[in-house]
Amino acid sequence: MPSILSISGVSKTYATGFTALKEVNLDIQRGEIFALLGPNGAGKTTLISIVCGIVNRSSGTVTVDGHDINKDYRAARSLIGLVPQELTIDAFESVWATVNYSRGLFGKPANPGFVEKVLRDLSLWDKKDAKAITLSGGMKRRLMIAKALSHEPRILFLDEPTAGVDVELRQDMWAMVRRLREDGVTIILTTHYIEEAEAMADRVGVINRGEIILVENKAELMRKLGRKRLVLELRNPLTAIPEAFSRYALDLSPDGGQLTYTYDNQAERPGVASLMRDLEAGGIQFRDIDTQNSSLEEIFVNLVRREP
Amino acid sequence: MNLRAVWAIYRMEMARAFRTVLQSIVSPVISTSLYFVVFGSAIGSRITEIDGISYGAFIVPGLIMLSLLTQSISNASFAIYFPKFVGSIYELLSAPVSYLEIVIAYVGGAATKSIILGLIILATASLFVPLTILHPFWMLAFLVLTAVTFSLFGFIIGIWAKSFEQLQLVPLLIITPLTFLGGSFYSINMLPEIWRTITLFNPVVYLISGFRWSFYGKSDVSVGVSLGMTVVFLLVCITIVAWIFRTGYRLRN
Repeated sequence: MPSILSISGVSKTYATGFTALKEVNLDIQRGEIFALLGPNGAGKTTLISIVCGIVNRSSGTVTVDGHDINKDYRAARSLIGLVPQELTIDAFESVWATVNYSRGLFGKPANPGFVEKVLRDLSLWDKKDAKAITLSGGMKRRLMIAKALSHEPRILFLDEPTAGVDVELRQDMWAMVRRLREDGVTIILTTHYIEEAEAMADRVGVINRGEIILVENKAELMRKLGRKRLVLELRNPLTAIPEAFSRYALDLSPDGGQLTYTYDNQAERPGVASLMRDLEAGGIQFRDIDTQNSSLEEIFVNLVRREP
Repeated sequence: MNLRAVWAIYRMEMARAFRTVLQSIVSPVISTSLYFVVFGSAIGSRITEIDGISYGAFIVPGLIMLSLLTQSISNASFAIYFPKFVGSIYELLSAPVSYLEIVIAYVGGAATKSIILGLIILATASLFVPLTILHPFWMLAFLVLTAVTFSLFGFIIGIWAKSFEQLQLVPLLIITPLTFLGGSFYSINMLPEIWRTITLFNPVVYLISGFRWSFYGKSDVSVGVSLGMTVVFLLVCITIVAWIFRTGYRLRN
């Protein structure tokens, strides 16, 4: 599938001398949900800000659906909707006025029917005459999304969309993102709620210290980098792991009743079979067995820690 | 040209003025009326006329200019500073809007508000003194030119300012003194020679003088020079705004 957003060799050094991005290359596929993960200060927001035209880049090129973001900025920007991390709304405007303002700003003719639909979809219709300042935090977040959707973008950037949002609203947002994807909207979300990426994304990119250190299909990433755990519930608790088992990465629970073996599921010989044989030979019996995959969070932490 | 965006910004700016009608329109009208009553009656009782014009009528163009300058600057500087301050400027910067369209919309909105205000003050003044406008076209031309020029100047201040204090600094410390010392309430010909020469370095003198000429056909400096100086200041402001947008100064960096 052709990419809808292409970022090539993009670097950004601020006037203070701080380098926020180093030679970033990234292609986003049309219609996908892409999660950009990274710790605070990794460069996620700077990257989004450059694509959206809020921050000038120091070098590199960015094209949106083939349109250069500088030479052909009108075509490029009209395709993009942005929901920034901070709740930044003109506090004294009504919901209705501010969403229509956003639509006009992006050059779209007035369409009260469409704006009404957006507000209804985000459960904001009842508040259409309320001033933004009177809305709750969650409502303000919905309003930011309504503003971003008001001009019918084909790419939606959600920068930390669920930061500080309650569980119910988070679920609503995820449902909305899925609906948008069904309508063919490409979604790029930054988050450090890993479960968000795990639940939503088709692909995951990890950025750290201004560099993209990994871009991978989420399922593939979890398969490749995931580690598995084999948990054995022992019939008779152990006081210590016997010397004979030192070649295995084993952990004993404090009560001695549970033995955990962590292994790489991509390894040619993960060692499960030999561990079983050795346990039997050593007379260690177990009454139950369980395996667990590592979460995206663990993968992410490992990746970021691995960086020098 | 993204005319819909220009209209959206302009309409939003005008809506804010009408939402805060007390602050935007009524309060400058009241303060100008107070100036008019206090200066007009206190000084007017001692100076009956200047250049054959009654003192009350003489100060009307200066009073309008005083409000026009300060309001143009504060309208435009606040309009662009506020979104910067609260962060909602992201939307403007990420929209398919050219620099020229942004300037037209914001400066147009600010200038419109101050022109409306100038006309309201003119109408208010006509209740106190009989007014004559010998050159209505030039009166409007000076009004519009000054409003646009100082709205552009305000726009620059709004982008430059990093705090509300800085936002107020230039209007309070530079523009207001220059306006008071620029012949709003007196003819510069009444000053001693040395002060008259110094006053000629004050650009506001040319604005007030030209504007007063459009009312009464009398001016401290020639109208051509007044017009020329206003246009020069306009061009300086346009050049600075063009540089700001080309470099992204305090906006995209």
